[in-house]
Amino acid sequence: MTIADGPALPKLIGERVKRREDPRLIQGQATYVDDIKLPGMLHLAFKRSDIAHGVIRSIDTSAAAAMEGVELVITGAELAEHLGPMPIGTPFPAPDHYSVATDKVRYVGEPVAVVVAEDRYLARDAADAIEVEYDELPAVVDPEAAMEAGSATLHEGFERNIAVESYWGGTGVNPETAQPEDDSAVDAAFAEADVVVSQRMLNQRLAPNAMEPRGVVAHYEPGREYLTVWSATQNPHILRTLVAALMGLGEHQVRAVAPEVGGGFGCKINIYGEEYVAAALSRLVKAPVKWIEDRTEAFLTTTHGRDLLGYIDLAAKNDGTITGLKARIIADIGAYEVLLTAMIPTLTGLMMNGVYRLPVVRHELTEVFTNKTPTDAYRGAGRPEGLYFLERAVDMVARELGMDPAEIRRKNFVPPDEFPFATQGGLVYDSGNYEPCLDKALEVADWQGLLAERDAARAEGRIVGVGLSFYVEVCGLGPSAVVPTGGWEHSGVTVERGGKVTATTGASPHGQGNETTFAQMLADHFSIPLEDITILHGDTSVVKQGIGTFGSRSQAVGGAALISAAGKAGDKMKQFAAALMTDQEVSPEDLVFEDGRIQVEGAPEVSKTFAEVADYAYVPVPLPPGMEPGVSEEAFFEPENNTYPFGCHISMVEVDRDTGETKLLKLIAVDDCGNVINPLIVDGQVHGGLAQGIGQAMFEEVVYDEDGQPVTASFMDYVMPRAADLPVFELDRTVTPTPINPLGAKGVGEAGTIGSTPCVVNAAVDALAPFGVTHIEMPLRPERMWRLINEGGQS
Amino acid sequence: MSEPVPITINVNGRKRSAMVEARLLLVHFLRESLNLTGTHVGCDTSQCGACTVLLDGRSTKSCTVFAVQADGSEVQTIEGLADGDELHPLQDGFWEEHGLQCGYCTPGMIMSAVNLLEDNPAPSEAEIREGISGNICRCTGYQHIVNAIQHAAERMAQS
Amino acid sequence: MIPTAFEYRRAGSVAEALSLLQEGGPEAKLLAGGHSLIPMMKQRLAEPGLLIDIGGLDELRGIQEDGGEIAIGAAMTHAEIAASDVLRAQAPIVAETAANIGDAQVRNRGTIGGSLAHADPGADLPAVMVALDATIALLGPNGERKVQAEDFFQDILTVDLAEDEIVTGVCFQACRSAAYAKLEQRASKFALVGVAAALSLDGGTCSSARVAVTGASSHAQRLSGVEGALAGASLPGGAADAASGAGDALDFVNEDLHGSEEYRRAMTAVFARRAIEAAAGRS
Repeated sequence: MTIADGPALPKLIGERVKRREDPRLIQGQATYVDDIKLPGMLHLAFKRSDIAHGVIRSIDTSAAAAMEGVELVITGAELAEHLGPMPIGTPFPAPDHYSVATDKVRYVGEPVAVVVAEDRYLARDAADAIEVEYDELPAVVDPEAAMEAGSATLHEGFERNIAVESYWGGTGVNPETAQPEDDSAVDAAFAEADVVVSQRMLNQRLAPNAMEPRGVVAHYEPGREYLTVWSATQNPHILRTLVAALMGLGEHQVRAVAPEVGGGFGCKINIYGEEYVAAALSRLVKAPVKWIEDRTEAFLTTTHGRDLLGYIDLAAKNDGTITGLKARIIADIGAYEVLLTAMIPTLTGLMMNGVYRLPVVRHELTEVFTNKTPTDAYRGAGRPEGLYFLERAVDMVARELGMDPAEIRRKNFVPPDEFPFATQGGLVYDSGNYEPCLDKALEVADWQGLLAERDAARAEGRIVGVGLSFYVEVCGLGPSAVVPTGGWEHSGVTVERGGKVTATTGASPHGQGNETTFAQMLADHFSIPLEDITILHGDTSVVKQGIGTFGSRSQAVGGAALISAAGKAGDKMKQFAAALMTDQEVSPEDLVFEDGRIQVEGAPEVSKTFAEVADYAYVPVPLPPGMEPGVSEEAFFEPENNTYPFGCHISMVEVDRDTGETKLLKLIAVDDCGNVINPLIVDGQVHGGLAQGIGQAMFEEVVYDEDGQPVTASFMDYVMPRAADLPVFELDRTVTPTPINPLGAKGVGEAGTIGSTPCVVNAAVDALAPFGVTHIEMPLRPERMWRLINEGGQS
Repeated sequence: MSEPVPITINVNGRKRSAMVEARLLLVHFLRESLNLTGTHVGCDTSQCGACTVLLDGRSTKSCTVFAVQADGSEVQTIEGLADGDELHPLQDGFWEEHGLQCGYCTPGMIMSAVNLLEDNPAPSEAEIREGISGNICRCTGYQHIVNAIQHAAERMAQS
Repeated sequence: MIPTAFEYRRAGSVAEALSLLQEGGPEAKLLAGGHSLIPMMKQRLAEPGLLIDIGGLDELRGIQEDGGEIAIGAAMTHAEIAASDVLRAQAPIVAETAANIGDAQVRNRGTIGGSLAHADPGADLPAVMVALDATIALLGPNGERKVQAEDFFQDILTVDLAEDEIVTGVCFQACRSAAYAKLEQRASKFALVGVAAALSLDGGTCSSARVAVTGASSHAQRLSGVEGALAGASLPGGAADAASGAGDALDFVNEDLHGSEEYRRAMTAVFARRAIEAAAGRS
């Protein structure tokens, strides 16, 4: 028997471990889609509509086709012979949507023809040489006007441009009937309320703007009848499924790869027309093809987020008890339903329960087509909208009652002994303990001091306000009942010869750092060094199955699958170890992993090294009875429920009286995402979310003019938050683990985005409250603020 | 199609000669002709800074320079920043302080920071934020980037 | 975003550039830093057939002071101008304005000549040059021509510059009591409204002033009403009064997502006041 003298290995879960992804990224050695070059590769460029709405009268491709180096020019109608309409991932009725428009265009940027050429410059020249004539139709831009009789319509069979209408409410929910129920209790609650606030609020349209634009390389090999697609996607396995289906191939004939992906934020969940087109054209021209989006195309064609108009009514008693909520929401979903379009706004109503006991609710949702870029998930995807509406309304009630915004929230919290807590919408919050989180935020922010500071500033004539929000959100997207692709996740864990470990995950990180956090988990699980572990992801030929990264699911669902697979692999390692120690009559159940060894618990002298057990597993002489050689295990994890992280954000803003410019002076975020694997990474996730949430509150908006022309189609007009726009964020945490997965981790990717937006707007309203202002629409553009200072009222 | 133009650019210490189309952007010359794909393209309008390289020692958006304009110049890209196996203090700072997530803006961000620290070896937090205002990051909220640059500044001051 | 094809010539001298310009005719464009032209070419809003690179010409470089007159070569970058000791000491408005153009990378490439010749309605330096009563030096086939800045800027992206002429530099009298204040359009970093004020001060009293606005209108132009009101005003106390009508006098005011006409007019008064106060604080 040998005992290897290894150093004691510290536990890594919960530690600030530097990311293992970084060395390649900081040295320019990572491979993004645009870095892929294949022999004989051709390049695509799209001719896109420059009008919002019209019938294609003619397309003249002759000049483009005649250019030297142009391989193919193909129109939408021609391409439709090779590609059917694109699939969607929701159960709602949807109009046909072709990758390239066949007869009618419905938003500026919609493709009408495609060029395949020898290089990217030439492809662009040729696309510009295509002449398209349209019979222009009136543009449908305002979603409320779109629903009026007499409005132009985008799609046949969708009268008044309505895509989805839903209604639920009453004292409870009966999802089976899906019919309007008796909600007289709602009317009664409002009739009996001491105070009712009613506010129309726009949660404006945003551009996700991952810094890496989209891109795809497709290579169909006719001899093998095999397609490989590299794409800047958040979910290569879904890409594989859908591309295979549209190409008439089986999943066994398609490999999808998400190489290094430069951010997603939801906009790389959808499988886009360009991905299908690349696959189809590679098969058609018998060569690999590449398409890389430029930023202008990204603004025009990558899905937008949000764009929900809410008519919100909140009823309360004089003591601050909230007694009822009514929400009528109109979602401007743009020109088509893409993968998750219609589902996102449904989350808004569901999450508008917030952290409160809401005795009665009524929700109406209408999703409307307009001549704009389709919407889909954007960081938070439905929750930021709902929590914004709710947290603004709660703040308005507090102001009406003269209550402290913290205290009205405290008064209405779901108490800790009521978890798991079923909301009016039928969600079941897994765990929560809101009051300690509120108290911690008030303490970190020095809430009373902040109020005093605000009052002192006001006494000097400055315009300063403080704001608070408290959110709950839903993470760990699954279970399969709510995700059309399946809501599970998959993982594989292989112990290699020499005791190294290779693991695969169906999560497809693109900045989240799972190569590090997942390695931390395995290092602790097997008690081996971090360097001995490799985490592979993003390639369907390596990762057998998977769903992908969205809905803050990587840790809660993907991590749980990893631990499950690791458990199976560990069990087998222990069986092999016990077989090596038969002379000592060791049973696998007695063994534990400890500092690179597999040992009898409490008896390190009775042990084998992890490496020698691994070596034995691959040369099992003798093979223990009933065992197969090798250690390579896999697991699916199906979550029984979602997780519901929460948090409290506090901010302070100052507005320039002369110009209306708003400066964010402070932002304090106390988040509770359950157990934390790596605090450095969690902080980074929160920071990034905060910046995007602040961006929505203060700077960002996609704007169209009355003709449906985008006004904000570049970084020259769409205001992205920059370093100097943001303060130093002050972060803290409480920890309320989830019982839903063995890790107790809930997810944190979207949290910052959800709490910060209402928090900052609440602060801005507080700042302008002395001018009689009760609500401010986002973003807090200087002119808007300046008008309110000078004119009062609402914007 | 215009006549190709001969250029010679010293890239990361190596002379690189080529015949290029006049309209070839420097960033595409680096990425396509030289396979130096660490320099990225994030926008069309010189706003995002993902394509930042050092052109004759100054941070420059290589998407807004034609390769022919750089003829006879020196270019340094992210690939040329480390000293052999030893990371540049800024690379180390970004790693140490989690100054990146998806990594797409990172090479440009680091090259901007190189120029910033050359001009101002001990910048304040506000000066750092202003100094990187030509670079957009969508992931980090910038806080860890600021920490990373401070980390590097301190290390460079010590050495 | 990819520009259309063009011929490229690097001029070895200003004289060569001039003859190339003549050869090229209307198809020809000058290229220095390229930070105005290349973005437009990438969006195919500009499609010149010939680019004449004058970026490296020594003749167009340098910052000189001679007897109180300061001359800046057209090819000087904003970063070089911002770092110039001469300008920081004798015309700090110019160095400060250059230091706040765009971002660091833009300042490293963009040139003063390019900025003035392009005349973006939101560019900062044109207002400063008008306030300083700068002279813009042009060279054409018939020799040198000098144009006062206020006459040079004529309309949106339109200046008094013939197709066959080159901006070679600017010169102006040293002036410490001048300042520029702007409201930045946050996305593009151009001025939504920017005002430059150059004051002649006699103790706390303004004897004369030149005030110019950019961003608000089609092109940089003087705010003569403000200038008149400043004559004899005691500063800084009188700045607000003098500036109050600044925006109302503009004939044409830009309007876009970032600022309506009304807002830009109001901001013209605000930033006129701020510029005047800052300039007065310099004396």
